[in-house]
Amino acid sequence: MGNNQLTVKELEARARIVRRLIIQMLAAAGSGHPGGSLSAADLITALYFNILRFDPKNPEWPERDRFHMSKGHCCPLWYAVLAESGYFPKEQLFTLRQLGSILQGHPDRKTPGVEVASGSLGQGLSVAMGMSLAARIDKKDYRVYVLLGDGESQEGNIWEAAMASAHFRCDNLCAILDSNGCQIDGKCEDVMGLEPLSAKWQAFGWHVIEINGHDMQQILSAYEESRKIKNKPTIIIARTVKGKGVSFMEGVIGFHGKAPTAEEAQRALKELE
Amino acid sequence: MAEQYYQRDVYGETLVKLGALDKNVVVLDADLSSSTRTNLFAQKFPDRFYNFGVAEQNMVATAAGLASCGKTVFVSTFAVFASGRAWDQVRLAVSYNNFNVKIVATHAGITVGPDGASHQALEDIALMRVLANMNIVVPCDGPQTADAIMAAASLPGPFYVRLGRPKVSTIENKGAFKFGEAQQLTDGDDVTIAACGIMVSEAHSAVKNLAQKGIKARLINIHTIRPLDNETILKAARETKLIIVCEEHNTIGGLASSIDEVVAESFPVKVVRVGVRNRFGQSGTPQELLKEYNLTSSDIEKAVLSNIS
Repeated sequence: MGNNQLTVKELEARARIVRRLIIQMLAAAGSGHPGGSLSAADLITALYFNILRFDPKNPEWPERDRFHMSKGHCCPLWYAVLAESGYFPKEQLFTLRQLGSILQGHPDRKTPGVEVASGSLGQGLSVAMGMSLAARIDKKDYRVYVLLGDGESQEGNIWEAAMASAHFRCDNLCAILDSNGCQIDGKCEDVMGLEPLSAKWQAFGWHVIEINGHDMQQILSAYEESRKIKNKPTIIIARTVKGKGVSFMEGVIGFHGKAPTAEEAQRALKELE
Repeated sequence: MAEQYYQRDVYGETLVKLGALDKNVVVLDADLSSSTRTNLFAQKFPDRFYNFGVAEQNMVATAAGLASCGKTVFVSTFAVFASGRAWDQVRLAVSYNNFNVKIVATHAGITVGPDGASHQALEDIALMRVLANMNIVVPCDGPQTADAIMAAASLPGPFYVRLGRPKVSTIENKGAFKFGEAQQLTDGDDVTIAACGIMVSEAHSAVKNLAQKGIKARLINIHTIRPLDNETILKAARETKLIIVCEEHNTIGGLASSIDEVVAESFPVKVVRVGVRNRFGQSGTPQELLKEYNLTSSDIEKAVLSNIS
């Protein structure tokens, strides 16, 4: 089990380590997506270190909880958390995006701990629902968590899956929406409005928990609440700040898909000490 | 008169057998279970059947999630939707992950009939053929449909199995089905006729008529389009120097293109295509449409006679 039951303070410290790794590996790679990796860092750190049931020494353990990253471009976050959890040595993080690396530019089954590739937005909620239905067929009690983006929620496939997972009463399924309000071409509300997100998911038959996605206590409470919900799937709509933790990246659209320079990485790491 | 079967009926019945043999078999459909005949499985194994409504993309990506947990997932809908509507999900979630997702697409080709162009998949082999990892089988009749489904279930990786809508005559004496190995149905060195699906039956009639004219045609049933049986094709190219390819599909991107690629690289011979020539379909009866789109045995005969030296 990789489940450590850290305190809120310890989780916050762990999230800082994860953010530092994200900056370091992106600077080394010279390309990649810092903004959305940083906005979801608290959510996924809490998930891996306090909630998710897994064994890094036995990634295929049948009883493991499943995690899937539907917004695949934020895989630097996933890789950092997987390395920090012991799935592979941290030195490998610095092979990100290199030829032959186990750490591809978007999630890939080459990486220990990655179950299903992603990178074409909108597919991941369906993938997670498939995992959820497999648990039902096999009468297993594992849970399935999936990270969605808000820009990604403009894909029709998301809403097909939203409808179906409520219809199939997938109560072992918990979606986490990293609602940082930004996408490549600007603010979501300007590019293609998504609100009211809570009302939309409620109307689709989901249990909705809306939180500040950078408040560890709220994050942990939301995960706990999701476990108790029966007969419907849960979505945690986490209001976040894109680039969170690095002052000059926060809310800056340009850092969606641009790696920090060496100098920017230095400044960022200083802020994250 | 040869026996006739709906390939879809055989598919549904084979799924029921598989369901009893293997608890890991799961079946998904998108509101067409009575047409694709997955409803036979649904009645028998309701806990392992999910209907997604009219949402093919969701169905295919969900299949990938199920397969990641060790399931062998059969996914069915009409060929236009299976190959076109959900192509991106087939590409990344299924093919790239190399999962055990078996797409069994029914109502392929022009013989869908009166529903017309929107429902007549003439591009699906092309769309599936460009995906790495994807295996493609186009069975020629009812019994071969059962063989294809059993092969798809037992072999690892993604499959696309293409079935038609109308009843098809059973091709007699074609020998055992081996995945990836083309079946030579008649001997002859004057010309090769390569066909798949319902066109095998049309080609069979053409071969009989050609024999009366003193032309010995070698008929090959290419049921497996990926991986292609290059050896049998190149042997035929060397020994007959002319290949007529017959398919109920656009002449671009399907079986003919597959054969072109093989012979062009290793032993160039003339390849003549009997297929739908860069057109969409339209409403009509299957027989009318086969005639309108030059897909009958007499069209195959003509293609042989006008190209043989």
